Amino acid sequence: MVTCADIVKLVTDYNEGRMTPAERRRFEEHVAICPPCRSFLAQMRTTVELLGELREEDVPPDMEEHLLTAFRDWKRDT
Amino acid sequence: MLRATVSSVAGSRTVAIEPAEERILAQLRDGDEEAFCILVRRHSPSMTRVAMAFVSRRAVAEEVVQETWLNVVRGLDGFEAKSSLRTWIWVILRNCASRRAEQEQRLVPLSELAAEEASGDDIGVSPDQFFEEGRWAGMWSSGVAPWDDLPEERLLSSELQAALLEALDTLPRMQRAVITLRDVEGWPPREVCEYLGVADGNQRVLLHRARAAARAAIERYLEEGTR
Repeated sequence: MVTCADIVKLVTDYNEGRMTPAERRRFEEHVAICPPCRSFLAQMRTTVELLGELREEDVPPDMEEHLLTAFRDWKRDT
Repeated sequence: MLRATVSSVAGSRTVAIEPAEERILAQLRDGDEEAFCILVRRHSPSMTRVAMAFVSRRAVAEEVVQETWLNVVRGLDGFEAKSSLRTWIWVILRNCASRRAEQEQRLVPLSELAAEEASGDDIGVSPDQFFEEGRWAGMWSSGVAPWDDLPEERLLSSELQAALLEALDTLPRMQRAVITLRDVEGWPPREVCEYLGVADGNQRVLLHRARAAARAAIERYLEEGTR
């Protein structure tokens, strides 16, 4: 029998399409009748979406200044 | 036209540069400082996280990223656009990071580090969230509160982004590298395996554990907000 812990363990294999049709069917049968696992599956997908939306633009100011100087020097010399 | 593009992508690894990248490249060669800064800001945080798989400390990883950009600037004239601009920059990063790792005498290959991190039976959620024995063994003992009825601004808040970034920082380094390339940068699994030199099965285990840790960080953040 597929347990909730099995669903948790296999959720990435499922989302990555790395299951046999039989494994996939057993996974989906469990999720269909188990609300917490359905929530967990949805949360894992939301997590991936949120990670894809991370837009951090935090660069150490010294580094940016140094790189910009190098970029200007390069432009001047070419 | 579209078909030609698709078949050239499928048929060859030396994909021609995309129009958007071609524009950036032209701006860079033109000396456009703003375009350069946008590129640096856009890629450096992820590059630093991935460099940390190779070298020991964040400060060293930042030096590696800086060295990478200097090499990018020096190489701009010679870049022939046989690969995408993105691939070219990331390959330079890997070369710089590997060289630095050698200097630091960190000789354990990433494939071994990945295998090590992927070992054990951690499924990504603490065992105490499931019944241990009896008829319900292996079933959730705690509920899983759905996120769908949360207001969207909570999921898109800058605090939540900060919580996610903090979660990435605390991951073991191969997990951090894999989730950064897969989910933050959106690379396909095969490219990540090739880039880091890790086995596909290990890549998936690391990705799973890292995603589960990120999910847990979001859950903690949301619970704190409702207390």
